[in-house]
Amino acid sequence: MYLGLDEPVRECQYNQICTRNSLPMETLGHKKKKIPRRKWQVFPGRNRFYCNGRVMMARQTGVFYLTLVLIMVTSGLFFAFDCPFLASNLTPAIPVIGGVLFFFVLGMLFRASFSDPGVLPRATPDEAADLERQIGAANGPSGPGYRPPPRTREVVINGQTVKLKYCFTCKIFRPPRASHCSLCDNCVERFDHHCPWVGNCVGKRNYRFFYLFILSLSFLTVFIFAFVITHVILRSNRTGFLSALKDSPASVLEVLVCFFSVWSIVGLSGFHTYLISSNQTTNEDIKGSWSNKRAKDNYNPYSYGNILTNCCAALCGPLPPSLIDRRGFIQSDTPQPVSHSNGSSMYASTQLHTHMAAATPLLHSNSVMIGGGGPPFPGKSSLVVPCASLAPSQPSLPSMPGLSCAGDMLTLRDPDTHCHHHHFASPEETPSPSGPMPLTLPCAAHMTHGGHIHPAQLYDPASQDSLHEDSVRGLVKLSSV
Amino acid sequence: MSLEEWTHSLQDMRQQAAIAAKVFIQRDYTNGTVCQFQTKFPSELETRIDKQQFEETVRTLNNLYAEAEKLGGSSYLEGCLACLTAYTIFLCMETHYEKVLKKIAKFIQEQNDKIYAPRGLLLTDPIERGLRVVEVTIFEDRSLGR
Repeated sequence: MYLGLDEPVRECQYNQICTRNSLPMETLGHKKKKIPRRKWQVFPGRNRFYCNGRVMMARQTGVFYLTLVLIMVTSGLFFAFDCPFLASNLTPAIPVIGGVLFFFVLGMLFRASFSDPGVLPRATPDEAADLERQIGAANGPSGPGYRPPPRTREVVINGQTVKLKYCFTCKIFRPPRASHCSLCDNCVERFDHHCPWVGNCVGKRNYRFFYLFILSLSFLTVFIFAFVITHVILRSNRTGFLSALKDSPASVLEVLVCFFSVWSIVGLSGFHTYLISSNQTTNEDIKGSWSNKRAKDNYNPYSYGNILTNCCAALCGPLPPSLIDRRGFIQSDTPQPVSHSNGSSMYASTQLHTHMAAATPLLHSNSVMIGGGGPPFPGKSSLVVPCASLAPSQPSLPSMPGLSCAGDMLTLRDPDTHCHHHHFASPEETPSPSGPMPLTLPCAAHMTHGGHIHPAQLYDPASQDSLHEDSVRGLVKLSSV
Repeated sequence: MSLEEWTHSLQDMRQQAAIAAKVFIQRDYTNGTVCQFQTKFPSELETRIDKQQFEETVRTLNNLYAEAEKLGGSSYLEGCLACLTAYTIFLCMETHYEKVLKKIAKFIQEQNDKIYAPRGLLLTDPIERGLRVVEVTIFEDRSLGR
């Protein structure tokens, strides 16, 4: 196919058609910068996010608010009605200690409720396909009506055989101790349980906060219970029991709340202390995974052997980072309108090819480099391609988009990373006459404009990382051999 | 051939020139839930890279992750200090794990630039895949010799 200089009018007409058919992204980009979305907005699990992705909770948060109200109301009543008496008659240390405990409880509650429990991100399509292939190969060909066995993998951990189950929702083999929470619809690492009181799952990342919350809450409950009783007793000694109750009616409410809480909270703390010391999760304990009753030689392969190490590991061990990048921006796949080299059309096509081959290795598979593929700049890329033969520009240019994309790719934590600079480069940076309405300019001129603008845009990220430049050059050498 | 057809054929060429295959190095759970990757050399990479080189990369990666999750005096100290300050200290400083993750990112970038990119391969930082796999992208070799 020959793209000759004798067909400028036709090409410009084509450009016109393309820009009309261009996707909204382009027109938006021309009018105003489209706000890139953050990953939490497209998170597949059933979670709620607040504060622009900083806070992550389960969908049902009603009980969490109940917890909050109970704690605040009871503590509030304590500080308002009981503390003045106790501070003046006993010691002012009581409200101080109470205050410290109260804030610690709230802090731990918020930390447990608002942080990512250790959600495992779902598999990318490539990973899922690869796993499916492996599972299919392992199972062998299945005839009609044959139901494939459940997907499990066995692994030996410290001498114990552990079965890893395949999660159909997340399309991954769950790591040991991970479990899929049906309420949140996520696989959570070291899944303990889903706590409605906290409004979140309790997993690897927030287990220590949960434990410290229930521990400090049990201290607070016992503290309030004890001192409210003390207060009532001291008052009754002076004025009699019934009048004491009449003088501080709040105390009755507090005692009731605390009495019922003590049993449950202290009991729960005790239970979790046991779990921590034996390095088990609630899930494992309930299922009896490591119990001797299951098999004689059944033991917990994750335990460190002694109670102290288990406790330290659970409470003071390193805090793993969140695997779901909630506040990262989604880089939508956009083709890179590459302004590129040379003279003749034939050479252009092969050169284009090699340059693409050179540049694409550093782009993610989903990214579309050039060649009219994909949204949202089909017009743009077609625009660029035919004009290549008309207006030669520097040969080094084609490598730059790949370069900057690579730089972005390796720094941004997103499987679908793409240079969102390029997103806006063409429509915004090309001078307005040659923006969405290129028909007013001959293509060559447009190309030159593009040639000027693109490097300016593309060089910015590129200049940040010259290492990638070298690697791209390496690839160029490889492909142009 | 019309312009559209030429563009489409170019697109096909581009797709062929891009990714040939992806290999996933899975996690190795034999030591428990610590982040370790299997050092088994995948057969798809046989033609591209030296087995020793690859295993060395994965081993170094494993060591780095082990360092991140190590239980020792310094991690306990950090944990206790954090607890005492009600975890507000992490507003100012990075956790030890995060520091090592940065080291890992740098290591992978370095490996890619020095060893993998010249061979038409690309390692993806496992943190981008939720620490599940090390994704190795194999690019089609367009050199004329083949």
